[in-house]
Amino acid sequence: MSAVITVMRRELRSYFVTPMAWVFSVIFLILAGALTFYLGDFYARGQADLQPFFEFHPWLYLFLVPALSMQIWAEERKSGTMELLLTLPITATQAMLGKFFAAWLFVAMVLVLTFPIWLTVNYLGHPDNGVILASYLGSLLMAGAYLAVGCCMSTLTRSQVVAFILTAAVCFLLLLAGQPLVLDAAAGLLPPPLVQAVADLSFLHHFAAIARGVLDVRDVIYFVLSIVFWLMAGIIMLNLRRAS
Amino acid sequence: MRYSGATHGWPHMIETEQLTRRYGSLTAVDGLTLRAEPGQVLGLLGPNGAGKSTVMRMISGFLAPSSGTARVCGFDVRKQSIKARRALGYLPEGAPSYGELTVREFLEFIARARGLKGEAAWNGFDSVVERLQLEAVLRQPIDTLSKGFRRRVGLAQAIIHDPPALMLDEPTDGLDPNQKHQVRSLIDAMARDRTILISTHLLEEVHALCSRVVIIAAGRLLADATPAELEQRSRYHGAVSFSAPGAGLAKRMLERLPEVSAVETDPLDGRVTVFPRTGRQVLGPVQALLREQGLELSELQLERGRLDEVFRQITTHAEQHP
Repeated sequence: MSAVITVMRRELRSYFVTPMAWVFSVIFLILAGALTFYLGDFYARGQADLQPFFEFHPWLYLFLVPALSMQIWAEERKSGTMELLLTLPITATQAMLGKFFAAWLFVAMVLVLTFPIWLTVNYLGHPDNGVILASYLGSLLMAGAYLAVGCCMSTLTRSQVVAFILTAAVCFLLLLAGQPLVLDAAAGLLPPPLVQAVADLSFLHHFAAIARGVLDVRDVIYFVLSIVFWLMAGIIMLNLRRAS
Repeated sequence: MRYSGATHGWPHMIETEQLTRRYGSLTAVDGLTLRAEPGQVLGLLGPNGAGKSTVMRMISGFLAPSSGTARVCGFDVRKQSIKARRALGYLPEGAPSYGELTVREFLEFIARARGLKGEAAWNGFDSVVERLQLEAVLRQPIDTLSKGFRRRVGLAQAIIHDPPALMLDEPTDGLDPNQKHQVRSLIDAMARDRTILISTHLLEEVHALCSRVVIIAAGRLLADATPAELEQRSRYHGAVSFSAPGAGLAKRMLERLPEVSAVETDPLDGRVTVFPRTGRQVLGPVQALLREQGLELSELQLERGRLDEVFRQITTHAEQHP
């Protein structure tokens, strides 16, 4: 456990001594605000809730989370620090968890910084703050799933650009798994029960209810399992790399 | 924290047993067996691409062996990887570090990751800062440091936990002569109660540091000897060389001496080298002859043997006949 925290602290330190943390949070906050007010018709809807705010999160994460996760392993490989890190007396699992939690905690901090929009909606009306809290938690869980995909993809290459594109592509497929774009392709290749299974993998499908404020246990389990799955895949890739 | 755990044999050694690493059809390291013992600096020597770094990566646990194994202080790197890593200090090739961190932050991270806490962490930190003279740069980001300082930071992270076994991949690569001297003195001082394995392609380093040398090329062990033993394999071993005005005249007479196999003159500076026949000494006869001829010697030297020549001889043969 302490090894995980040690790795996590070092990662977070690196985020904040480079411009990355600041650029990421500023861009996220500006985009989240702009999308909510302009595309989301926050005022015109005349409802005191944050649904237009949360509805854009899957799309914001689609390109911002890969930008955050691309360096996680690719940079270590490129600069040679991977050899340093993985020959310390810590396991690949501890290193992976430390890096993942650092990135996740950072996203959580950025989400907290969106509080002005919560203040605004409370100033304008009487929203259900329980619903808003549930949506925040759901959004954080979904960000974790994106990040876990990114952690896995970043182990595959020493190029951050490649890691970015792979992560964004996989996340895009998972996001749209319930849409005709993916399902039509799957229907040609898989038997119907599996096509339904593919549809159930959709981030969007699981997040839709969350954005409305319904934090269903099944959706929570889905995102937690996604995180576990992709992190395990990444750890397996790290261990395979040692042997190959 | 010292490790006196193992009960049999040398507790603090680094050893490999038929260590092999294949990349597809390429065999980078081929059945290598070596052993470094406490108090010893073992030099792993070989041309670029000989497999030195691959050997070290397997001992450090970064790469898994294809077959065979390695042990650090008795801990098998395959079965007791974490224990082996704990007992080992390792400077990877190029001394990588997190450049955006300051020296202090970086060393604190390493100390924590190595499980050092409280007083042990402070002692380790203070001792490496002092030994590697890092006090002045503690608050600087590593990226802003000169190459020499970065190398010293790399060494500091390798020894911060006072490891019984130490492995340094080209520790003086890219340093200026003063820095090289400094790093060598440090390694020398640490060698007394530790096992140290260094890789290098610098032959001067072998003289300056190593108590034993293992030469590898194309992943195979070609020689395992002390530097002195290697020098004896040189055709220069026991030869006498001298500079003197008019030495060219003496050449004929020297060639006729029964102990002498050949005489060569350096075309550049006119220095004459007299090679002995196998098992013969030439120093006495050469001196006697020169005195007889009344030559004014500006210098005379008994050669110990040239490592660069032995190295070339051993490794080029292996590369041509793999």
